[in-house]
This record gives sequence, structure tokens and C-alpha cells, in this order.
Amino acid sequence: MKILVPIKRVVDYNVKVRPKSDETGVDLNNVKMAMNPFCEIAVEEAVRLKEAGKAEEIIAVTIGASSSQEQLRTALALGADRAILVETEVEAEPLGISKLLKSIVDKESPDLIILGKQAIDGDNNQTGQMLGALTGFSQATFASEVNLEGDSLSVTREIDGGLQTLDINLPAIVTTDLRLNEPRYASLPNIMKAKSKPLDIIPAVDLGVDISPRLETIKVTLPAEREAGVIVETVDELIDKLKNEAKVIS
Amino acid sequence: MTALVVAEHNNQELKPVTLNTVTAALGLDQDVHILIAGNACSAVAEEAAKVSGAAKVLLVESGAYENFLAENIATLVSNISGDYDFILAPTTTNGKNVMPRVAALQDVSQISDISAIESSDTFQRPIYAGNCIATVKSSDSKKIITVRNTAFDAADATGGSAEIITLEEINDAGISKFVKEEIAESDRPELTAADVIISGGRGMQNGDNFSILEGIADKLGAAIGASRAAVDSGFVPNDYQVGQTGKIVAPDLYIAVGISGAIQHLAGMKDSKVIVAINKDEDAPIFQVADYGLVADLFEAMPELESKI
Repeated sequence: MKILVPIKRVVDYNVKVRPKSDETGVDLNNVKMAMNPFCEIAVEEAVRLKEAGKAEEIIAVTIGASSSQEQLRTALALGADRAILVETEVEAEPLGISKLLKSIVDKESPDLIILGKQAIDGDNNQTGQMLGALTGFSQATFASEVNLEGDSLSVTREIDGGLQTLDINLPAIVTTDLRLNEPRYASLPNIMKAKSKPLDIIPAVDLGVDISPRLETIKVTLPAEREAGVIVETVDELIDKLKNEAKVIS
Repeated sequence: MTALVVAEHNNQELKPVTLNTVTAALGLDQDVHILIAGNACSAVAEEAAKVSGAAKVLLVESGAYENFLAENIATLVSNISGDYDFILAPTTTNGKNVMPRVAALQDVSQISDISAIESSDTFQRPIYAGNCIATVKSSDSKKIITVRNTAFDAADATGGSAEIITLEEINDAGISKFVKEEIAESDRPELTAADVIISGGRGMQNGDNFSILEGIADKLGAAIGASRAAVDSGFVPNDYQVGQTGKIVAPDLYIAVGISGAIQHLAGMKDSKVIVAINKDEDAPIFQVADYGLVADLFEAMPELESKI
């Protein structure tokens, strides 16, 4: 069993981003970067499968600039065996990323691909499903539980209103939801060890895939601000306001 | 030019979010078709035919579509997509599951979770948990879109008289199998459809204390929600979660109880018409978006509110 874990370098989730003053994009100057939280959950799930003796090898892969090596090293420190950077300065869209990942899937032939349900920058929630279409693999998105027994994969998914369980054939794609697991922190010895694990760099152009963007960002702005209202002193005053001012209760 | 709306339903009834998606579709094109893919779901097609603005309803029934497996539904939508310039679905777990698969099959870059339409190729969508709004222009000839339902009004569920056309397009990839579904049973309205929502956060301290919210919810006919902090702490299941990683809601009245107001929670509820915050920490960010704030211990304020409301 070989597991491929595609990850993404994003703005740290604690950072409150702002548009650039000229509205051409988000201001990423001097902003702390990190592995996308859903990707951390994906790495953790792969590592747990390996620790349970159900997988032999975990390959972390990312599409991005040279700086993304940092997040690949994090994945290696968390337990991935080797890493691949598909290097490009193009800010590829999920469709382009899926096409590049498809090339890696063709080379590596993983049995299972685990990735985050969405990246917290673009909030697109597309890559796993698109890779499913391009590979023809089965998919189970928004996983909160993954059970792998031999060739049989059972996944519980978080759906609107509850949970759904699917049995899916391998090779398969699983995207992670929040409650799948709680990712570990990398230990210092493992961080040191990660430095000597293999990290291959493949220029995206070598994969011969068209990743030119189809979406042009016209502008990035702040959402409409909501004005702060009033502080009421008592429950009685609150009820009065809701009844007589806002008229939302009767 | 025609738009196709991939309907959300449970084989018995049309989900209201479909109506918001129809409104978005009508904003792009006057000729709107609704796809009802499922099993033994002709009643849903009849319901869809009455939706105001629907020109045609496409009905396809098969065991392969009963549980909306992404592999099968995506192939279906892709195979019938030739006639359509726009394909839209609500940003529900089903829509999110299926539509990118359709987009990749069609070699289209999907536009996720649109919150406004500027023109037939330009859309607004929230990014970074709603901290920024991106305006994007698509160069794809076909537009594949998921729609943030709270940003569009619901189309009228009645008044239409669309023709129902039955399709025989059956695809069963046979690579995934539905096992079971556990849908929380509740007499309360669904979060995304409720007029009033009362949500608890970390300040609730534990899951049992959520019962404090139930009495008020019963009186107001409200749905009960929660912040991610409450879900992460194990107080309530994840399907209660309101926020960027949970449900996006916009009720007439949203009551946040013991919720500090993390960015990711605000992203899920700040379009509510009236927001009430009850929190003992007067510096909690939730007060910055609340129309009415009450700085109080929720364990005292909530019973009082319940008895007086």
C-alpha cells in the first residue's frame, strides 16, 4: 500500500489577511506561512495507517514555488517517507493542480490518495474531486473516519445533516474533514531526521501539462462591514429591542 | 444559452437550497432547466416543475443515482452538459462533492461558492474564510458554478409549469457503494433553512449545557447551531457547526451564546439579518458584529430569556 498525500502551503490560519491597497490580490508580504490545516490532517491519517501496518510508503507532494519545500519538510517530519515538489511560479488553479497531480499519480501509482477537503486560502474545495475525475478513481470527500482492511476501504463522510458511510474501491481518493483526527506535532528528532529524507524537485513544465489559469482575478476587496450595534443592559431590554425595534420576535 | 441547475433532494422532496440556486441561474440565463437525478423520485420532479422560472425539468431515475454517488452523478451531468452554458449547484456537501468532478471531466475551472453575479462571466466569491471577496472572470466557454445559497433569494416554489423530460442516461461506475446514512432526527428546522438560529460556543462548557438552549429554541421555532470551538471540544456533533468550515447561514435572527466570534465563525453567520450576542467577556469580537449585545453570564441570562420570551 502506497499513499500519496498532496499538500499545500498557505497563509497560517491565525493570520487575518487583507487585500492589497490596489485590490489586485491578497497582501502576503511578511505573512506567516504554514501547511494547510486540512493537509495536516491528511498527513496524520496516512501516518496512522502506516503505523497500523496498513501502508508501507507515504509520499508527500506539493505544487508550488521553491518555498513550498518548507511544508514538505514538515510532512516528512510528521512521518512521510519522501517528498516531491512540482515546482512552478504559476499560481495554478485546482484544475491545473489536479492535472499535475495526475502526472504524479501516473508515475507513482499510489493505492490511496489522501488530501485536505479544501485549502483555507482559496476555499475552493475542488482538487480531490477533480483528481478523481482525471484518474477515474473512486472518491470519498469530507471524511471523518477511514477504515482500511486489505483491499476494502470504508469511509464515513460528514454530510449536511449527518454522516454517510461508503465502501469504495482502491485506488481511491479521500479528502479530510476536521474531525478525522487530531494531527500530532513534529518532534525535534523527527524534524532533524526529515532533513535527510529524499525530496525530489520536478519542474512543472517537464510534466507537459497546461496549467494556465482560466480565472482572472479582477479584484480582491474587503467584505461589506457589519456595523456594531448596541449593548443592552438587561434581558428585558434585549427582549424589548427584538420585539419592538428589530421586530424579529413577537 | 441555457442554464442547468443540479437539484438537491432526498428522492422525496426538493431541498429549499435548490430554489436559491434557481435564482442565481435566472440571473445568468432566462432558460433554466432543473436536473432531478435520483431513484423513484418523480414526485421531486413534479415539485421542481412548479418552481417559478423553470423551463424544463430533466428526470433520471436509477439505483445508480439513489445516493448521489459523485462518480455516477458527475458522469451523468458531464454527459448531458453539451447543451448548457452554465451548470450550477448549491454549495452543499452534495454540490461540493459532485461539481468539481463534473468540471474536471469538462476541462473547466469551477467557480466555487459564488456570492454575487456581476455578468455572465464575472462573479464574486468569498476567499480566506470570508475575510476577502474576490471578483473573478472566467474564460471557460462553459461555466460550472456552486452557489452560496444565503446570497441569493429563494425562487418561488410555485407558479411554474415546466415540462418534465425523462432521460435514460444511466451511468454506474461500480467503484463506490453506499453503506448507510445517519441523519440526525430533529423536530427543529434545518440550520440552513431556519428563520431563527441559536448557537452555543465554548462558553457552554459542555454538551449537556446545550439543553439550556433547547427551551428557547422550542419557543422561537429555532434551529440549534454551534461554533467550531464547541464542536472541536466535543460538545455537539459537527453537523451543528456554523462557520467557514461548517454551514453558512443567514437567518432573520441569529443568537450567539457563549461564542467569542472567531473569524471562521463570523464567516458563517455575519449575513444574518439581526445578530444577538450573549457573552460574559465584553471584549469578545462577536460584539463587533452584533446588533444587540448582552454582557452577561449565559447560565443566568438564558433561563431568564427563556422564561420571559
